[in-house]
This record gives sequence, C-alpha cells and structure tokens, in this order.
Amino acid sequence: MSGPVIEAAGLSKRYGTATAVDSVSFTVGAGEIFGLLGPNGAGKTTTILMLLGLSDISGGTARVFGHDPAREPLAVKREVGYLPDSVGFYDNLTAADNLHYTARLIGIPRLERKKRIFGALERVGLHGVAEKRVATFSRGMRQRLGLAEIVMKGARIAILDEPTNGLDPQASLELLDLIRSLKASGVSILLSSHLLDRVQSVCDRVALFNAGQIVLMGTVAELGRQVLGGGFTVEVEAEGGKDIAKRLGALPGVRSLATPEPGRFRLTCERDLRAEAAAAVVAGEGRLKQLSLDQPSLENIYTRYFQGAAQAQEVRDAA
Amino acid sequence: MRREGSPWQGLGVVVLKELSDHLTSARMRVLEWLVVLVALAAVYAAITQVRAVTAQDPFLFLRLFTTARDPLPSFVSFLGFLVPLMAIGLGFDAVNGEHNRRTLSRILSQPIYRDALLFGKFIAGLATLTVSLVVLWLLLIGLGLLMLGVPPGGEEIGRVLIFLLVTIAYAGVWLALAMLFSVIFRSAATAALVTLGLWLFLTVIWPALAPAIAQAFVPPDDQAALVITAQMLARISPSTLFGEIVLAILHPSTRTLGPVYLSQLQGAVMGSPLPLWQSVLVAWPQIVGLIAASILLFVGSYVAFQRQEVRA
Repeated sequence: MSGPVIEAAGLSKRYGTATAVDSVSFTVGAGEIFGLLGPNGAGKTTTILMLLGLSDISGGTARVFGHDPAREPLAVKREVGYLPDSVGFYDNLTAADNLHYTARLIGIPRLERKKRIFGALERVGLHGVAEKRVATFSRGMRQRLGLAEIVMKGARIAILDEPTNGLDPQASLELLDLIRSLKASGVSILLSSHLLDRVQSVCDRVALFNAGQIVLMGTVAELGRQVLGGGFTVEVEAEGGKDIAKRLGALPGVRSLATPEPGRFRLTCERDLRAEAAAAVVAGEGRLKQLSLDQPSLENIYTRYFQGAAQAQEVRDAA
Repeated sequence: MRREGSPWQGLGVVVLKELSDHLTSARMRVLEWLVVLVALAAVYAAITQVRAVTAQDPFLFLRLFTTARDPLPSFVSFLGFLVPLMAIGLGFDAVNGEHNRRTLSRILSQPIYRDALLFGKFIAGLATLTVSLVVLWLLLIGLGLLMLGVPPGGEEIGRVLIFLLVTIAYAGVWLALAMLFSVIFRSAATAALVTLGLWLFLTVIWPALAPAIAQAFVPPDDQAALVITAQMLARISPSTLFGEIVLAILHPSTRTLGPVYLSQLQGAVMGSPLPLWQSVLVAWPQIVGLIAASILLFVGSYVAFQRQEVRA
C-alpha cells in the first residue's frame, strides 16, 4: 500500500455562524473502503462536497492524490467518481446515452467510448437495458447506473453518498457486492451512510460523525474495544450442571458475566473464550446447547456511544 | 486565487446536448407551430393592407414587417410578444431543472467548471431561438416575394437583417433573465411565474407607469424635462428599447427617438428617409442597451450560480 489517497486535515465548513463541519481530519488509504457514518445532517455530505471541490472550504486543508480540490478541481474530478445521494439521470435519454454524455464531458476519446460504456454497463448488470430510457428504471437500477458511470470513468477513487439509501434488501446487497468488486479492482472507496449494519460488512475503517465532528474513528473491532469495553461477547446456553455461572465467571480473561435468563450466560471478555467456556460447561456437567461469539456491531457501538455522550451531556447540564 | 484548467472545457459538449434536448422537445414543437402560424398571419394581414394602401412606397418590403390590419397586430408587435415567451419557455428551468432531476451534482463532479454548464445552456438556448427566428424571417421574406411579386432592394435587405440581429439580442435579454431566475429559484414553476410576471410588468405596466413616476419628480412647468425623464424611465424596459429600435430601423423616415426642438428641424425635409447607417446611428444606444442588458443579466446568473450550493 502506498500513501493515503485522500487526506483531510482540520476541514471545516461554516455557514454564517452555523458550523456544518467542524475541523474533521481523516485519511483514506489506497485500496481501502472508508465509511463516513452518522445521522442525517451530521456533515457527511458537506465533507464529501468539499473533497470534490463542489463546495468552498472554510478552514483546514483537503488533498486528493495530492491535489487541492479548491485550487485544482479539474485534476481532482478527473480521478474521482462521485455517486450522489439518490442520483438522477436524464429521464428522456437511454442509459447508454446518459453515459455517453458523461463520457464526452470527461473527454474519453470517441473510439473508446462505446467499448467503455458497454463494458461498464455489463459490469453492473445493466447491459440488457442499455437502450431503455432511464425513466423506466427503478431506484436500484439508477444507483447501479451511477456506479457504471464511475467504472466507465476509470476513477481511482469512488465517493459514494448513501449508496444503499432507499433500496430494498436485495438491491442493496447487490450494490454492496458491486462496491466490493470495485475495491477488488483497486479503487479506493469513501462511502457515507446512516445504515450501520449494511456498511459494517464492507468497510475497512469507519469514522463516526456527530454534529459536524468525527467522534470515533478506526476499524470496527477497534471501536468495539474502545466503546463497548471488551472486544468480545461470548454467549453460552447450557442446561443442568452445577455452578456453571461461577465456573464461567472464574475463567481468566472474563471481565463480566451477565445472566439474561436462566440457562443463558453472556460473557464479556478480552479475547475469544469460546473453547474455555465450553470446557467449563462440560466440567460442570452441564449440557452445552449453544455457544456463539458476538462481533461488536456498529449498531451497538453507535447507540452505546451516543447514550454515553447524552448522559455526559446531562451531567454537564445539571452541574 | 487562480484556477487550473480552462473554464470552457466541456462547453461544446454541453451546448450540443442542450441543443439536441431543445430541438427534440415538445416545447420546440409548439414553437415551430407558433412560428409558422405567426408568419402566415402577419403576411396575410400585411399584404392585404399594403396592396390597398400604397403602390409607390420605396420601402414596400419593410411594410410587410410593420403594417397592422385590424384585428391582427403587425409582425413586429407579434414578435415583441412571441420572442420573450419563447425565450422564457426555453430558459426558465435551465438550472433548477438539473437540481430537481438531481443531475446537477453528478454532472458537476465531472472534470468541468460550472462556467461551462451555465454558458453552454445559454448558448444552446440562444442558438435554438436564432434558428426559429431565422426560419421565421426567411418564411416572411419568401412569402412576401411570392405575394407581392416585387423583389426587395439592397437597403431593405440590410434593414431587415439588422432587425433580425436586434431581435436575437432581444431574445438574449429574456433568455438571460429566465436563466437568472432559474438559478435563484429552486422550483421551476416559481421561476417561470416570476419571469413571466416581470415580463408583463416591464412590457405592459412599466411604459404606462413611467410618465406618472416622472411627474412625481419633475416640476410640472418644465415640459421638456418631464418628457425626457419619462422616456428615460421607460427605457429601463427591454420592450421599450426593442420598440424604439424597430421604429428607427424599419421606418427609414424616423429621424430621432426623443423629443426634438424646432430649431433642430431647420432645413430637414420632413418625411424623407434616412440612409441605412444613419438609421442605425439613431437606434445605436438602444441596440447597445439591449446587448448590455443581456450580458449583465447573464453575469448576474453566473455569479449566483458560482456561489450556489449544489446539494439537493
């Protein structure tokens, strides 16, 4: 891996007195999928627009392949493919004609255009409807057409704003597969979303946005350790036996033990303790019915973090 | 801060795309029919009237453009209404249409500047209007040739050619105005209504209002100042400017567009026509005014568009 392809340092956006993005810093490495996550209005789209040079930067710096989006927007926009939130196309034109217009704007040579357009449509599975007017397309098809545009452009960075927003589960799974295949072909991807579980499955690293600031950043496992305390939660379901709870609680590496209902135990531990837990149950002559390891989920991290933040805020307000 | 790259990159692509959109749209179908019907009506009205009135007019051909016959208005007054309507029809959703289709941010994320998009749209709109006006102009001349049976003289052709160019500039003013409002208002319907409202105001109400406003500011005993102030105010409206240019160019005997003192008329042969370039000189300030107005309005929409947020 070479250096980062996107670097933001202290990036800020102010509208009058309101601050939409408050000095965010992050980097996206080459070939990485980086997720900007957070509630609507947290400043994700504004950050993206500043990276593209489509919105003025009020403070801080941004670099895309070493180019400053404010000064060299064309150089940035040549390398970056952008899929806006609920992307639109010209309804009266066919899918191929829409891409043809973009291809000419990009400046793809005439002889190459057709090959690249149909290659891209094939890649996203739209080659069958290349000559259909976009007016007949479903939302999922439009999003895929947007990805086809990025593929056709040969972009080295793809910036996707809420790519799975408003899609049915099937369509969004297909879209995520396409995003993975983009990554496999060497494209670095920056995506924003408020749908946490979907995004978790594709992102290498994430940044959690809240009120214009990045509050947490790292891999999902890192965030889990940071916010949820223990990185691992082992769930044990066992029947019979003696002192199982005690035995499990005594295992080295267990931070806490909860018993949500009789016969079910939830261990929060520092490492994967499934084998030890199984041995403990058997040693206590219990019948092990189920044993599972919960990866920390973004959903949990997110809710837990904001619960914590809200409580801290209340405490501060009360003081 | 200097930007890298040319602001015109992608301009040609945008122009061609917008032009093909315009030429295949339903609006254009309507425009074409309007053009044909207006030409027929104007020629019919003018010719029946011209035949009845005069056979010795040295500028018979120009009468085709300016003669009215009740209840039909003359061709130039038809154009005075039709051209703004056409221009507003082509321009009112230029930018907010892209917003509402959610195509704007996708297009602007391609390696082009906003300049290319806005200017491309303006050029394409003006080109469409030019095509319609040239067709209309040729239709009128062709029909005139057929029905009058008299070929136009060189000077007449020169005058109607200048008239054509002025009409295109006049169309440019309204197109730029419509595009300005299409940048300012997110809703295409609002933009269309505001532009049409402003057009009605400037064309119908303002010329009537100007003398009243002048009376409020100028002492009533100074008649000349009153007339001049009223005229200056009225010239804020592009429709007034267009009307005055038409008067000077298509009526060769027009010697001035403002009030004249008797002393200035000494030695003038009343009613005798001016040479072509003298007529152009009479209307020159108005012509420059029209062109300047369209440039100013376009710059206004340019500035507004550059500063606009692209997010939907």
